[in-house]
Amino acid sequence: MSDAIRPLIVGAGPAGIRAAQTLLGAGLRPVVVDEAASGGGQIYRQRLVPDERTPRDLYGSEAGKATALHEAFVRIRDRIDYLPQALVWNVRNKTADVAVDGRTRRLDFSHLILATGATDRVLPFRGWTTPGVFTLGGAQIALKSQGCAIGEQVVFLGSGPLLYLVAWQYMKAGARVAAVLDTAPFSAKLHLLRGLPFQPGVVFRGMRYVAELMARGVPVHFGVEPDRIEGTTQVEGIVWRERGKEHRLACDAVGYGFALRSETQLADLAGCRFVFDERDRAWRPERDLAGRTSVADVYIAGDGAGIAGADAAELAGERAGLALLEDAGRSVDHARIAVLERKLAAIHRFRDILEAAFPFPEALASRVDDDVLLCRCEEISVGEARAAARSQGVHELNRLKALTRIGMGRCQGRMCASAATEILAAAHGKPLESVGRLRAQPPVKPLPLEVMTDGEAA
Amino acid sequence: MSRILRKDVAIIGGGLVGSSAALALRRMGLSVVLLDKGYCGAQASGVNYGGVRRQGRPPEQIPLSQRAHAIWPRLKELIGIDGEFVRSGHLKLARTEAEMASLENYAARVAELGLDLELIGHNQLRERFPWIAGNIVGASLCSGDGHANPRLVSATFALAARLAGAEVLEHTPVSHVEKLAEGFHLSTETGAEIKARFVINSAGAWAGAFAKAFGEPVPLTRIYPSMIVTEPLDVFMTVNIGAEGGGIYARQVERGNCIVGGMRGEPTTDPDYSRPTGTGAVTIMNRAASMFPALRSAYAIRFWSGTEGEMADRNPVIGFSRTTPNLIHAFGFSGAGFQIAPGVGEVLAELVRDGETSTPIDAFSIDRFTRMDQGSPAGSVPEPQTREALK
Repeated sequence: MSDAIRPLIVGAGPAGIRAAQTLLGAGLRPVVVDEAASGGGQIYRQRLVPDERTPRDLYGSEAGKATALHEAFVRIRDRIDYLPQALVWNVRNKTADVAVDGRTRRLDFSHLILATGATDRVLPFRGWTTPGVFTLGGAQIALKSQGCAIGEQVVFLGSGPLLYLVAWQYMKAGARVAAVLDTAPFSAKLHLLRGLPFQPGVVFRGMRYVAELMARGVPVHFGVEPDRIEGTTQVEGIVWRERGKEHRLACDAVGYGFALRSETQLADLAGCRFVFDERDRAWRPERDLAGRTSVADVYIAGDGAGIAGADAAELAGERAGLALLEDAGRSVDHARIAVLERKLAAIHRFRDILEAAFPFPEALASRVDDDVLLCRCEEISVGEARAAARSQGVHELNRLKALTRIGMGRCQGRMCASAATEILAAAHGKPLESVGRLRAQPPVKPLPLEVMTDGEAA
Repeated sequence: MSRILRKDVAIIGGGLVGSSAALALRRMGLSVVLLDKGYCGAQASGVNYGGVRRQGRPPEQIPLSQRAHAIWPRLKELIGIDGEFVRSGHLKLARTEAEMASLENYAARVAELGLDLELIGHNQLRERFPWIAGNIVGASLCSGDGHANPRLVSATFALAARLAGAEVLEHTPVSHVEKLAEGFHLSTETGAEIKARFVINSAGAWAGAFAKAFGEPVPLTRIYPSMIVTEPLDVFMTVNIGAEGGGIYARQVERGNCIVGGMRGEPTTDPDYSRPTGTGAVTIMNRAASMFPALRSAYAIRFWSGTEGEMADRNPVIGFSRTTPNLIHAFGFSGAGFQIAPGVGEVLAELVRDGETSTPIDAFSIDRFTRMDQGSPAGSVPEPQTREALK
């Protein structure tokens, strides 16, 4: 009976695990494909090798949630088809191409839940490709997964809740945090007070991070305008402006990022319609409250559907699982659905406040110098993008890619497309959505040429 | 109120054929409007493999191909960039004795046409091209052929035409073309109206509808050639590679990326766009890894595909309409248009100016299909025309 329903879940983070659990609860056996070696996603990433660190050391105030999610996954692992360290590199109609361990196989599915998560949103500034510069997420992975810090004296820079969380985690782990440089003014943080009624826990936690950082003598600067990273073969220092004055600080590593960007390539390949999300400053798959996309039997949950954080991802994963069951004619708990949707709506209202508290540094894109690299894979400068906009009349991102190679390299635009969007739109003084978005093509990530084909029908 | 543009020539389709015709016409002093439904050079002209190859073309295409061959080294002077054109040579491989015999046969057929083909046996091949796997029987080298970057060449021809004074209207789909006593009237979806003495139909995979509207239906279908691109690697592939019998072609660009094709993609829900298939891409990747040992540990970083018009006999349609004076067709290049397109552009400009061209194009007449329908034995039509043309 349930043979006809063969759900595929991409991603084993908070959204993917909760979705799997929900489907399992209805007697289905989903396939869960995840790039990591173990479940948890980026936010609750597990150690590669066990060490003496406790969940509290690794996840701080979120240790309870992390542990609960990991345990939930352990409980369901035998009753799902779990493919770790596996890459879904293409989706077409009801088939996914999955690469595992040098082999690729085609997986047919009846329903697809995309829980593909997010990566850091980065903007170029002078020196951003110097060895020793990491994204905030990258810095966090080094710590959580490998138990190592990105440097001896680390500066964290950017905007977004992750900035303080990672800085705090580094401090807790015993690393020397040289400074936290927030591109938003302190006054922006006052918006958080508006968030108190919605998510008091989140607000107090954030305040605690900042208070503890300061109490331990970590300088926290607001209204920072990053100027450059010094050093050629290794980070030696960072220079920024603050209220018109230039500041310099010696350091050997920088972790930076400006909030997150959704990973949407698979949704695009699956044919989902996209809408522009003002809050995320990006195009994302269109979806209803339950995570249904514009394509029948394709659902999306978690940060891949628009940035909302780990708590929302768990709720959205469960909600998407229930939507799938509902659409497949199974009975579902409507009271539970109402609870999930109410909680999700509250988080989304809170997101607007967070965005006001951690605003994106809009002016940075128009200020960055022409000779700074924009696309690091293909080594294309900001100036080349601006020149194409100016002299070749390029108004659209795919055309920019065709004429300059921006977004054509190893990362397929995952690192540079946000910045290219900002720079192209700024060059024309046009709204971000007007420059469009890069059309996704397989493979989602690089694939070895000698990849062997599995289970191919003769 | 819609504006009315009055031009000598309206060109429908801003691919490499239309753009190079626009540039050639401007250099003759004629006024031109170049129309494209999207960006110029964004379809087959801009997303093809990038082979600049005469070798392997049917003999009736060689005179036109030779004309284009003379244009490629002059790109810098013509459009301001060299388009990454490299005269690397084109090496066509034979994987079996039968394929080698076929290469020998081709070399004999085109012996008088100036391609200067060099047949290479197994041992010589091992010696001169040691980076090719050892199981290849032999090859044919056309040292004057090469490759270029279609993304840049096609868009820049359109830009050069614009700088030379052509009116270039992108994102302007032509909705209707009407022949009036004094010329053509073109209506577009953006409201622009155009009056022109001549119309060139260079709309590629979309050209069939315009031909049909003038009573000239053609067997034009769509194909979706698809490519894979490796990460940048040390340069080892010194020639543009093809294979007799097809299945793989490959080149390496200066930056080090290898581009390998040989399979077809599929259209997306919007049939103007296409994507490689997963199995097709893996097939090409595996073939490349087994033919070029240097690629065995390499990664593919991206795939692409594009939409191309293909004629039933794989020859393009080039020349005057048989139903409508001053209408000229140029489309259906069937996956082999990139190299000859700049030559076609010059030919089209001559047809407009002189009513004829010095380059033989009779084999590409649009009525070859209708004549076949009327009972000529299939395949017998192009031959006599070709012989006559080659006199």
